[in-house]
Amino acid sequence: MAALRVLVGVKRVIDFAVKVRVAPGGGAVQTQGVKHSLNPFCEIALEEAVRLREAGTASEVIAASLGTKASQETLRTALAMGADRAVLAELGEGAAAGPREVATALAGLVRKLQPQVVLLGKQAIDDDCNQTGQLLAAMLDWPQGTFASRVQLEAGHVLVEREVDGGLETLRLRLPAVLTADLRLNEPRYATLPNIMKAKKKPLEVIPAAELGVPAGPPRLKVLQVQEPPPRAGGEKVESVESLVGKLRHAGRI
Amino acid sequence: AAMSAVLLLLRALRAARPQPRPQPRPRAGPSARGLRTAAPRRAFAKELFLGTLRKEEVFPYPEISNEELAEINQFVGPVEKFFNEEVDSKKIDQDAKIPPETLQGLKDLGLFGMQIPEEYGGLGLSNTMYARLGEITSLDGSIAVTLAAHQAIGLKGILIAGTEEQKAKYLPRLASGEHIAAFCLTEPGSGSDAASIQTRATLSEDGKHFLLNGSKVWISNGGLASIFTVFARTEVVDKDGQVKDKITAFIVERDFGGVTHGKPEDKLGIRGSNTCEVHFENTKVPIENVIGEVGGGFKVAMNILNSGRFSMGSASAGMIKKLIELTSEYACTRKQFNKKLSQFGLIQEKFCLMAVKAYVMESMAYLTAGMMDRPGFPDCSVEAAMVKVFSSEGAWACVSEALQILGGLGYMKDYPYERYLRDTRILLIFEASTSIPLSLQTAGTNEILRMYIALTGMQHAGKILTDKIKAIKKGNVGVALGEFLTRLQDSLGRKVDLGLVGDHGVVHPSLQDNAKKLEENVYYFGTTVRGLLSRFGKTIVEEQLVLKRVADVVINLYAMTAAISRASRSISIGLRNHDHEV
Repeated sequence: MAALRVLVGVKRVIDFAVKVRVAPGGGAVQTQGVKHSLNPFCEIALEEAVRLREAGTASEVIAASLGTKASQETLRTALAMGADRAVLAELGEGAAAGPREVATALAGLVRKLQPQVVLLGKQAIDDDCNQTGQLLAAMLDWPQGTFASRVQLEAGHVLVEREVDGGLETLRLRLPAVLTADLRLNEPRYATLPNIMKAKKKPLEVIPAAELGVPAGPPRLKVLQVQEPPPRAGGEKVESVESLVGKLRHAGRI
Repeated sequence: AAMSAVLLLLRALRAARPQPRPQPRPRAGPSARGLRTAAPRRAFAKELFLGTLRKEEVFPYPEISNEELAEINQFVGPVEKFFNEEVDSKKIDQDAKIPPETLQGLKDLGLFGMQIPEEYGGLGLSNTMYARLGEITSLDGSIAVTLAAHQAIGLKGILIAGTEEQKAKYLPRLASGEHIAAFCLTEPGSGSDAASIQTRATLSEDGKHFLLNGSKVWISNGGLASIFTVFARTEVVDKDGQVKDKITAFIVERDFGGVTHGKPEDKLGIRGSNTCEVHFENTKVPIENVIGEVGGGFKVAMNILNSGRFSMGSASAGMIKKLIELTSEYACTRKQFNKKLSQFGLIQEKFCLMAVKAYVMESMAYLTAGMMDRPGFPDCSVEAAMVKVFSSEGAWACVSEALQILGGLGYMKDYPYERYLRDTRILLIFEASTSIPLSLQTAGTNEILRMYIALTGMQHAGKILTDKIKAIKKGNVGVALGEFLTRLQDSLGRKVDLGLVGDHGVVHPSLQDNAKKLEENVYYFGTTVRGLLSRFGKTIVEEQLVLKRVADVVINLYAMTAAISRASRSISIGLRNHDHEV
């Protein structure tokens, strides 16, 4: 397949293993000094793209991210995992970077780079929005295959097996298309240290986000409060189904 | 009246005394350095024995460039991830084996060639970066030892003393892990006394190869390795025509034939690390495989061992930090007598010990690594030895305390503490062979290092003092007066100022008291050493109990210096939590 370019969106998020705490003030989650890493679903998307290139189906994998300077670290990891080059759409501190902004940035990059496939993670583990892929497809007026657990490229089409509530659904989409990766799509490789060293030499371009049409300014969504879930209260064991139903009714649950 | 007379005399003497001038013996000053290609740096530790604190060596605390910092941070992530997800330490300990998939994963990550230069396929890490990754690999003792036996000693000889041909031939496949290396020095009859090995290499008739015969024992990676660095006795003809037996270092491939190994030893700890006997029977080793010079093997061995020793500091610190993480979770949740464990003073004391030890170990290890990373091949063998002794013993103490915090649970195999305890015990034993005068009869291992530390330092001090005495004898009044005045001032109680604090001080003002104490300790240590030397002279070599205390003192001095230097830097650059460090 000639010149099939894949654009992969990656996001820098708080590492999944970190015990998240509420920041002083209660308006946000503590991010200072906390370990960050590549969003696991983005990692899966990136792995799929790299495998396509290794199989000869794709010719180039470009990793992209919308964020502050710190996201360069994440892009370097993406390069170490096998992306050919990376682009950072740079934002200032505190600027909005929700799904709408990310989709706008990616749409701008799509117009510039002309990929045939955009691969994203299905959602980010910090905000769990699950919107970016869908918004992007709408903006570009491209077909979308979300929650992909299997991806197969054919001439001019892509076969996507999706995990939906009822089971598995297979779609054939015309290229170019937007796909979002679900957990069982693949198991991402470890970025080996020699690859990290090689990644230093791969190109990383920085573009101001405004150039891609991302509106400047604070988020349109304001977080009023963040609090930890209440500690688990003790449970209770009952003897029969009737008493269970009775207790639930008594507690106003049914 | 007598007092004032003395004072007058003092004043007169001081006036008569010539301005302090450089030592009579030639020193590598800034101009002289340009003429030499490798000026021997008078490193830090040896000078302590003279009561001098060479502050330029240790202040400010070594910095690494932002580039290096970014690179290290990039490396740490994947390695930590691998160890958290793919390494089942409990299984490795139980099966006494590292699974081949895990080993392959380590090879793929690039961990088998950390210090091999990039041009040979390795990562080319500096000592500092190597130490940093050592903090992570130490999470599994067996893996840490396997990696260290391979690269910190197994192939190090080729790296530091090998020819270009040897490097090009062997390093690439060692870097990828295709070949694993092992270090073969110890024999059944030669442990601490490394110079007494019996394995022999005889030159063939045609002079093209050596025939190697002998048995080595307790060789890490002995069963896995295909490349061995072997030390054997060879006949060497001296410059005066005398035939002597000297040790030579060889690169031996298993393919040379005659190389067999025994069954893996069943060990207390680091059970996943392969340790076994290795036998050489008429193994043909081409003369091109001699490392360094024929007869120069002992020096090669010592250089190898000295170069890798410092990393034990960061490895131990990494392990203790992990233990602190595990035990603090327990201490903060477990309640007895209606209070959380963490509220009891004795428990807090244990955490205090662990935190302090880990901090100091880190400080010492990275200070030493930083010194070694400076250009000019500094000799940091004494510093590295001090790091090793402090870290191994500190680790042992801390693991024991950590287990104690868990109480009965700590004793159970369901929890990792007993495994850490078993794995740590070896630290006080191995990696301790070092060059001590043959006349020394010793047993054990950190014990040896203590002797090494004390004797090397005192030897250095002794040399300088002897020179001074020679100068006095020659009639150098200035030196004589200098010495006399010093002693007089000492007995009258002097105020020690080595330049750590004050207007030109290198230590941050909040650490003033600590720095002052350090200065005084260093100074009086110097005086003590001088006293010991004049009392015992050459027989100091036999006085092990005295030497032990000397070593302990200087180890603590180095530890203090490292901690103060690092804390000073932390405050100066406003590092978060620097107040904790102080």
